Amino acid sequence: MNLHARVSRQTWQFTSDIRILGSGVSVGPLEGKGPLASEFDTIHSDNYAKQDSWEKAEQRMMKEAAQTAIEKSKLQSEQVDMWLAGDLLNQIITANYTGRELDLPMLGLFGACSTSMEGLALASALVDAGFADYVLTGCSSHNSTAERQFRYPTEYGGQKPPYAQWTVTGAGAAIVGKGGDGPKVTHATIGKVVDLGIKDPFDMGSAMAPAAADTLTTHFSDLDRNPDDYDLIVTGDLGKVGYAILKDLMKDMGYNMDPVYTDCGMMIYAPNQEVFSGGSGCGCSAVVTYSHIMNRIRHGAFKRVLVVATGALFSPTSFQQGESIPCIAHGVVVEGGA
Amino acid sequence: MAGNIKSRKKFQMSKEQYQKRSAEFRPKKNIFMNSLKAFVVGGFICALGQAISNFYIAFFNFTEKTAGNPTVATLIFISVILTGLGVYDNIGQFAGAGSAVPVTGFANSIASSAIEHRSEGFVLGVGGNMFKLAGSVIVYGVVAAFVVALIKKLIFS
Repeated sequence: MNLHARVSRQTWQFTSDIRILGSGVSVGPLEGKGPLASEFDTIHSDNYAKQDSWEKAEQRMMKEAAQTAIEKSKLQSEQVDMWLAGDLLNQIITANYTGRELDLPMLGLFGACSTSMEGLALASALVDAGFADYVLTGCSSHNSTAERQFRYPTEYGGQKPPYAQWTVTGAGAAIVGKGGDGPKVTHATIGKVVDLGIKDPFDMGSAMAPAAADTLTTHFSDLDRNPDDYDLIVTGDLGKVGYAILKDLMKDMGYNMDPVYTDCGMMIYAPNQEVFSGGSGCGCSAVVTYSHIMNRIRHGAFKRVLVVATGALFSPTSFQQGESIPCIAHGVVVEGGA
Repeated sequence: MAGNIKSRKKFQMSKEQYQKRSAEFRPKKNIFMNSLKAFVVGGFICALGQAISNFYIAFFNFTEKTAGNPTVATLIFISVILTGLGVYDNIGQFAGAGSAVPVTGFANSIASSAIEHRSEGFVLGVGGNMFKLAGSVIVYGVVAAFVVALIKKLIFS
């Protein structure tokens, strides 16, 4: 391995030509009516995706995203060395059950909604180090499976506050390999767990913004870069509330995020869709990154993009016991060009 | 190896500072509008109940005292149908306590849990989870009723 791969204990620099060979996404009906709909590979017209439970629907979406990614990479599934995946459900059942279908060696991941970039960073590291030629990485979330596990039954008439978020129903996956002309993965910054005492499980944007600020600050100073060095910086699912807080926190640190910064949770739904503060969930950053952002990089609209996926690492038990919400954020740099 | 530790800018903030800071960005709930909506919707549900009660008294052989049970049953029935059709949660988002406090809200909490856990079977799923939300209302309702009855017995009898 190249000596310069380790920039700091948090930032990695990939030393070989690590590329995203292909990616796929599959989403539910609400996402299919959003502004990015034309870029999604599969759109289901109902939340059950023709399955008899929401859990199975989520598995089906993850499998579709994975298969699309393999197809677009022009690979046979036997050529894929590893399946790195995770989701929000207990014991990451979506990823595990999808692994059963895919028949691939697997390492399960849990980083809550940061799993998308955790997976991409690890996939790139495995390929860079030579442990694998092709790694498939993906994650998923489903509004109804997440609501049931973390909050209330879907049909329960409880009122949500305006700063709540809407869990994205969808899955995204990508194949990471060496060479070719796909988007290039150049760096990754692994986040630390940050907890500034937010306890309200509806207020994920406020809870996660400090983790994103920590990872961004580390990333910029490790690589001696500024927000201007990127054409686009996106966070995974801070929503409108977290987006505004993060910009403010970064201003304190001396970084002006304004011209290049946005949030996947704000991109995936249109303003007239009633999703409170915006989208959230593993699927949010995965779906936006592996469709819209990949397309824009391939078309040359973005030359260098930093995706910072943010995750809230709490459980229903922890918040009922009055614990605050620990959060994490992982950033990955993806570049365009040959 | 000392050279491995990188010195750099660090994001640091105390919990107290952050609580204050983040609160400025959190959209406030509009208490006046929410109360107004709750009042109107809650009042409408109660007026509907009164109409149903009058209907039973006028057309069937119920008295003002005995019309209560069939009226509550009818409201529960309507609430459960609306829950099954996926409408009640939208009413709840609009009305807040207005649709949560009347008996229809209680019915909704039971029906929604039952629907939600249907996929885990009738015994462990539906049966085991129906009262997941309503259970604490029943427990503390009974306890409170017991305490009040006890006070009444001890002080007023």
